[in-house]
Amino acid sequence: MPPIVEIINVSKSYRRGSRMIPVLVDINLNIEEGEFMALMGPSGSGKSTLLNLIAALDQADSGAIRVGGIDITTLSENELAEWRALNVGFIFQFYNLIPVLTAFENVELPLLLTGLSRKERSEHVETALRVVNLEARMDHYPSQLSGGEQQRVAIARAIVTDPTILVADEPTGDLDKVAAREILDLMDQLNRQSRKTIIMVTHDPRAAEKARVIRRLEKGFLDNVHSQDPH
Amino acid sequence: MFILKILIRNAFRHKLRTLLTILGITVAILAFGLLRTFINAWYGGVEASSASRLVTRSSISLIFHLPLSYKDKIRQVDGVKTVSWGNWFGGIYIDEKNFFANFGVDAKSYLELYPEFILTPEEEKSFFRDRKGFVAGQKLAKRFGWKIGDTVTLKGTIYPGNWDFVLRGIYRGRDQTIDETQFFFHWDYINETMKKRGSPRTDMVGFYMVGVTRPDRATEVALVIDNLFKNSIAETLTETEKAFQLSFISMSQTIIMAIELVSFVVIIIIIAVVANTMSMTYRERIGEYAIFKTLGFRGLRIAGMIVGESMVITLIGSFLGIILTFPVAVIVGKMLSNYFPVFNVAEEAIYMDLAASFVIGLLAAIVPTYRAMRIRIADGLRRIG
Repeated sequence: MPPIVEIINVSKSYRRGSRMIPVLVDINLNIEEGEFMALMGPSGSGKSTLLNLIAALDQADSGAIRVGGIDITTLSENELAEWRALNVGFIFQFYNLIPVLTAFENVELPLLLTGLSRKERSEHVETALRVVNLEARMDHYPSQLSGGEQQRVAIARAIVTDPTILVADEPTGDLDKVAAREILDLMDQLNRQSRKTIIMVTHDPRAAEKARVIRRLEKGFLDNVHSQDPH
Repeated sequence: MFILKILIRNAFRHKLRTLLTILGITVAILAFGLLRTFINAWYGGVEASSASRLVTRSSISLIFHLPLSYKDKIRQVDGVKTVSWGNWFGGIYIDEKNFFANFGVDAKSYLELYPEFILTPEEEKSFFRDRKGFVAGQKLAKRFGWKIGDTVTLKGTIYPGNWDFVLRGIYRGRDQTIDETQFFFHWDYINETMKKRGSPRTDMVGFYMVGVTRPDRATEVALVIDNLFKNSIAETLTETEKAFQLSFISMSQTIIMAIELVSFVVIIIIIAVVANTMSMTYRERIGEYAIFKTLGFRGLRIAGMIVGESMVITLIGSFLGIILTFPVAVIVGKMLSNYFPVFNVAEEAIYMDLAASFVIGLLAAIVPTYRAMRIRIADGLRRIG
């Protein structure tokens, strides 16, 4: 089977004043379906940039990125918006929930872009919240939830559309140890039980331990594959 | 429904800021509505004028009189239905500050020409019978507490002396646009007094009111009347009642223009205030817009959220402003009743309020919307944390 994500000769640089700063240099990477990959590296190594490119949040200067067989570097902005809505679930460090919406409404948000009826949306949201064990708090606003609970809502929002890949940028970076472990266990469960492909950026070695594959980025270059036994 | 829920919750996220903005919009719309009402009040006479009435006056100036004998010649003009006449009396009731319009008119023909002044048949009969009788509008009678049968004395300025009148009728207007502050009495009363005094103003009238058979013939009839008296001692100028009223307004055109300008300046100021609120909102929510985009929301949907929020705030403020315009206009109308006998909030003013509200809501959201649509997701997400 072809990899779910294929990154071919991708480069990306940022302009700082009159200078171009290379962030990613000729990156090649394949991610298999059902893989749980951790991208590690020091600050400024380009790991978040690579994640943004895979999730079509940013555009590469050169190269191609294929996700599920589609070269997303050739899509227009509107096509990318539609593609993201269907294919990518996002988990951020700071949860990024909408503060004026309840947990239920936050999870429902991506479903507004689908053709589902209100009843169907409700069923999907309830299922997603059940997976993250937050059914009881569905009417709470983000400010009424702990950090760990907010991140679980964010995970429910990420999986509610059943996307092709889940991308997580430092998902435990803002959590205490216990909450971080719960989130990582949940991601592990999603990967094992639902065969979700997860790409996680982290600089926390304990978080990376949960991944099956760890890749390191250093100054824009990707090192060799490092597989580890599942824990 | 979901989007509306977001709009309303977002609008009230910063309660104090939103409430102050709403207050600003309310005051601006109230001021705009009142200023438009002022302008409408200025044109009140024009609005109430009939297309089938002509005014004939001296071609030199309104202060010059015309001979009473003109009435028979005017009556013979083809297309003329009714001829009435009158004089501006310029009487003062107790004190100059109690100003109101007062005329001596040919009662029967005048009331025939003005069916919008409604009297009971008894009042009409009683007025016609009494040479010293007068009729007052119900607002005027109420203002001075006059009752039927009361004697009212006016001090003449054009016609010197104290003139006693007896109130025989109180008219009400057919609709809200009719001036209910007029005072009119029998022209004969002035004329007979002038006759007794041997005044050269005997058998002279200030103006003729001419009723035409068909409004579309008004211009033609006016021309014929003026041609009748061409090269006479007292040449005439005949125009429609509307044109006559407009000629008065044209004297104060600059003031009206200034009021109009101020009314639009008020709207421009409030656009700036709401735009500032929306810009602050945009700056605070750059990250959220990026999240929406991340989830697959397109630029147009995000634009809809910003414009929608701006419209929610603006329409709440405008709605309150429009509601308040009515009681405030009543108070202002009472305060200015000497100058503006008809001071009603016109339908047109409300439509302009609503139009202004939409303009405010849309224009205030333009810059934040443009920026939000253009924001790059990666840049927006960097603002969070």
